[in-house]
Amino acid sequence: MRFSEAWLREYVNPPLSTDQLVAQLTMAGLEVDGVEPAAGEFTGVVVGEVLALSPHPQADRLRVCQVAAGGSDPLTIVCGAPNVAVGMKAPLAIEGGILPGGMKITRSSLRGIESFGMLCSAKELGLEESQGGLMALSEDAPVGADLREYLQLNDVSIEVDLTPNRADCLSVEGIAREVALLNGIDANPHAVADNPITCNDTFPVMVDAPEDCPRYLGRLIKNVNRTAKTPLWMIERLRRSGLRSLGPLVDVTNYVLLELGQPLHAFDAAKLQAGIRVRHGVAGERLKLLNGQEITLSDDVLVIADEKCPLALAGVMGGAESAVDDATTDIFLECAFFAPTAIMGKARRYGLSTDSSHRFERGVDPQLQRRAIERATQLITEITGGLVGPIVEAVAKAHLPTRNPILLRESRVEKLLGLSIPRDQLTSLLTRLGLNVELLPEAWRVTPPGFRFDIAIEADLIEEIGRVYGYNNIPKRNPATHMELQPVSEAALDIERVKDLLVDRGYQEAITYSFVEPSMLAKIEPELEPIALKNPISSDMAVMRTGLWCGLLDAALKNLNRQQSRVRLFEAGLRFTRVEGNITQQKSLAGLALGSAHEEQGGKSRNIDFFDVKSDLEAILRLASHETKVKFVNGKHPALHPGQSAELILDGERLGWLGMLHPKVEKELGFETRVFLFELDQDKLLKRTIPVFKSLSKFPQVRRDIAIIVEEQVTAMSLTQCIETLSPLIRQVRVFDVYQGTGIETGKKSVALGLILQDDEETLIDVKVDGVIAEVLARLAQDFNAKLRE
Amino acid sequence: MDDILQQSLQQLAEIQSLAELDLLRVHYLGKKGVFTERMKELGKLPPEQRREAGQAVNLVRDNFQAALEEKKLELESKVLDTRLASEAIDVSLPGRGQGGGGLHPVTLTLRRIARLFENVGFAVVEGPEIEDDYHNFEALNIPASHPARAMHDTFYFDEHTLLRTHTSPVQVRVMETGKPPLRIIAPGRVYRCDSDLTHTPMFHQVEGFLVDESVSFADLKGILYEFLRLFFEKDIQVRFRPSYFPFTEPSAEVDIECVICGGVGCRVCKQSGWLEVMGCGMIHPRVFEYVGINPESWSGFAFGMGVERLAMLRYGINDLRMFFENDLRFLHQFRAS
Repeated sequence: MRFSEAWLREYVNPPLSTDQLVAQLTMAGLEVDGVEPAAGEFTGVVVGEVLALSPHPQADRLRVCQVAAGGSDPLTIVCGAPNVAVGMKAPLAIEGGILPGGMKITRSSLRGIESFGMLCSAKELGLEESQGGLMALSEDAPVGADLREYLQLNDVSIEVDLTPNRADCLSVEGIAREVALLNGIDANPHAVADNPITCNDTFPVMVDAPEDCPRYLGRLIKNVNRTAKTPLWMIERLRRSGLRSLGPLVDVTNYVLLELGQPLHAFDAAKLQAGIRVRHGVAGERLKLLNGQEITLSDDVLVIADEKCPLALAGVMGGAESAVDDATTDIFLECAFFAPTAIMGKARRYGLSTDSSHRFERGVDPQLQRRAIERATQLITEITGGLVGPIVEAVAKAHLPTRNPILLRESRVEKLLGLSIPRDQLTSLLTRLGLNVELLPEAWRVTPPGFRFDIAIEADLIEEIGRVYGYNNIPKRNPATHMELQPVSEAALDIERVKDLLVDRGYQEAITYSFVEPSMLAKIEPELEPIALKNPISSDMAVMRTGLWCGLLDAALKNLNRQQSRVRLFEAGLRFTRVEGNITQQKSLAGLALGSAHEEQGGKSRNIDFFDVKSDLEAILRLASHETKVKFVNGKHPALHPGQSAELILDGERLGWLGMLHPKVEKELGFETRVFLFELDQDKLLKRTIPVFKSLSKFPQVRRDIAIIVEEQVTAMSLTQCIETLSPLIRQVRVFDVYQGTGIETGKKSVALGLILQDDEETLIDVKVDGVIAEVLARLAQDFNAKLRE
Repeated sequence: MDDILQQSLQQLAEIQSLAELDLLRVHYLGKKGVFTERMKELGKLPPEQRREAGQAVNLVRDNFQAALEEKKLELESKVLDTRLASEAIDVSLPGRGQGGGGLHPVTLTLRRIARLFENVGFAVVEGPEIEDDYHNFEALNIPASHPARAMHDTFYFDEHTLLRTHTSPVQVRVMETGKPPLRIIAPGRVYRCDSDLTHTPMFHQVEGFLVDESVSFADLKGILYEFLRLFFEKDIQVRFRPSYFPFTEPSAEVDIECVICGGVGCRVCKQSGWLEVMGCGMIHPRVFEYVGINPESWSGFAFGMGVERLAMLRYGINDLRMFFENDLRFLHQFRAS
């Protein structure tokens, strides 16, 4: 809501400066978004009247004007505006005057003719954005008067960002009511008298949907003057409220909308057939709106129709076919109360947002219509003349909103606000709010006025009390609450701890968008069906990520393009998949690493490999106590190198993936370096086992190293797992060397294993150890065709 | 004997290494060394001369030996010096291994917020990011076609499924199952279909709420006032300005004195001297009714804050979009925190 301060002060004029007024509004919940001067800064501009015109002898486009400016003699002014005319009144900047931007007016010669000032356009005075020739002033403008005073330009436009509950402030009168309340003074609304009826013609009104339109008023105004112009004062007020002048009929309806908050509509009566019908749309019906948009109606949309066809989208916008234009002489003026529920969401459905729908969907005072139509009639006849017909009113009292009394308890006020306000003060505050107040023991029974749609329950009243009393006058207190110990799960590993570990291992946390580009996602996780947004903000953010690699790869690419050659990133967040039609949202932790294995140090650097990243994962698994339980098995992931990727299995279920980005994907995405990726399921990862103590053996450990030769595809893990389960004496198996090359047959490899043996009962003697080793070798020979390396 | 001494000392002086020194030692003092031979020859002298001659040999040998020891220390010291010189390194070279990674400034800010509230007994709860309209809107007293829905530019998957536009649905989810008293904060990602200089389609919020037998607006003011001063570690001005949220009543926006200009007015605060940092209010009785908590027996407050906004103010970041560009040059600036 944008309004002129001077207009507001016509209703209520508290002893406050503009700054103080603005601060007061903001602190009352009517947040002021901006304050703009009504005009640019200028001085020395008066009302001038063009008395005579003659062509400029030296320039075709210039004319030499004699302009009366209040002095004894007219001034010679050279003017280039095409619309300059004899008899026209326009702003004249005289010698010594200063225009916005600092231009100083001096006597100067224009192509040989001395000009004593400058006739101005609205743009040159900072009144309008666009250049539209000389600004025409009213015929009755007093020649020589200071323009700022004449047009009351020492004014500001105040823009208030109103919350949806304060529909009552969507008018100058409403803001005035609020300012009066806050300052404890009275506002003086315009008294509106009934207009004398000068013509008995009426136009019938039928309301078929009384629940959506409980009140509809209409009247004919005939023989309006087609050539009448909107007075400058009204154009100025509209302009300062952010509206353009569109001719007197539309201007008046807009003016009353701003003044009282009641939307009105003027139809060209000549274009209406047989009577107004307020009804629901018929599915498929078409209506061409004022803005040229043609819409298709549905049966839940309220329309104003005549007997033939829909004329307007009720409470939203009029139709093009029935609109007033330059040829209009008779109008049908509509002023209705539409129920908020009937209008809510309709404008949005058609991509519209109008001043009218904005007000109706938030609630217009259902008692305001008669006053508003009389006010509009008065203004129209003042400007255009015309014969005023009687008001036709269709009202369904049963459907008009009623304001039920609300019980307000002193104890609730104190409990919710945390302060005690003396009863007398509260009673007076409620009364000033315009409520009907009845005193009860330790309570009040109050009935809100029709314009306060937002007050319906006790809490609404308590909010009003707090607001008017001033939030900043409510004390600050530390809440006193129950103290109760809360359970703490020792088995739950905090993801923040895992993040810290990755940070310590040189990873930088990233946060990437949860929606990604579908084509990139398809390269990485082609087998998962992503969940698509119905209204994505752009095509590269159209689907929800099914995993976290997309975002990390994209971030890595961007960093590589910024000459970062070493990238280690991780992210924790949700991945979104559809499983059997249901949306699942799983917490995930993913990482990416590329570039040198270590920060450059001066010494030799080598590129990162699988095992560098695996060691980071092992560190995480150690934190989570899964280190010995997780199996890294060769896995096939479409985005990973088939020979360098592992599926991590925990208790028979997939915990995640680790591997090198598939060279094909690497190339498609535009990487020129190897990229390693991992992703883990947080829920599985973060459940750790609480340690259980096992007694220590008193007897020494024995280590035996063996080297065996096996087929190269035999995994280290299969060997260690096989050995570990063979004998309770084997406590640990380590792989300390894997060798292929000279001395080893092609297709085979040598694996060196260190076995640590220990007994809880006695010191192990060689014979016993030899026995175990023989058993191990026999088993390895049997299961893996392993041979002891000589 | 003097000649021998003279000659041996001469030779000693010319020695350059410990190995040569050892050879010389063997030459003079070894089993077949010069002095040993001389001693053996003593036996050939007449007995009366032996003693004197022996003493003379011993004296010369002792002198030589002392000189040799001295030379040895000298050479050893030289060797050590050489080693030390050869092992000297440029200690200003960086250490080897992983350079420090870092947490995202949003995480740093979230942790800081969580820690302040956890210290007084608030528990951290998370909720789903793909929400239904019941939890995101309806149970928060925002029915379909309510004008407040237009204030949330919502991403939809279908008519009833959407990306949460705020963290407030966690409030509903917790109250649906939990019994008061409740003290919860809910951090997380939220989404709005809006993208320009000051909006990103995804950002982070922290929702907080407290429900107990007698919680008032004064309590809300107290806790948020303290929170903001502790968060910024500054004695800043805080004001509560009436506002409107369908799920709280009374509702307020919380402004702090502009931390950039100290309240005198600057570009960041649009010359107002104030910065809006939070929304809050007393939980609306209708929200309590939706989750089955009796608003006559319990009252509560709720608040929500934008994490990026707080991070920007805390760390002086001037461009919201930097948060999700993941530019290492940006992220690395927060490593030390």
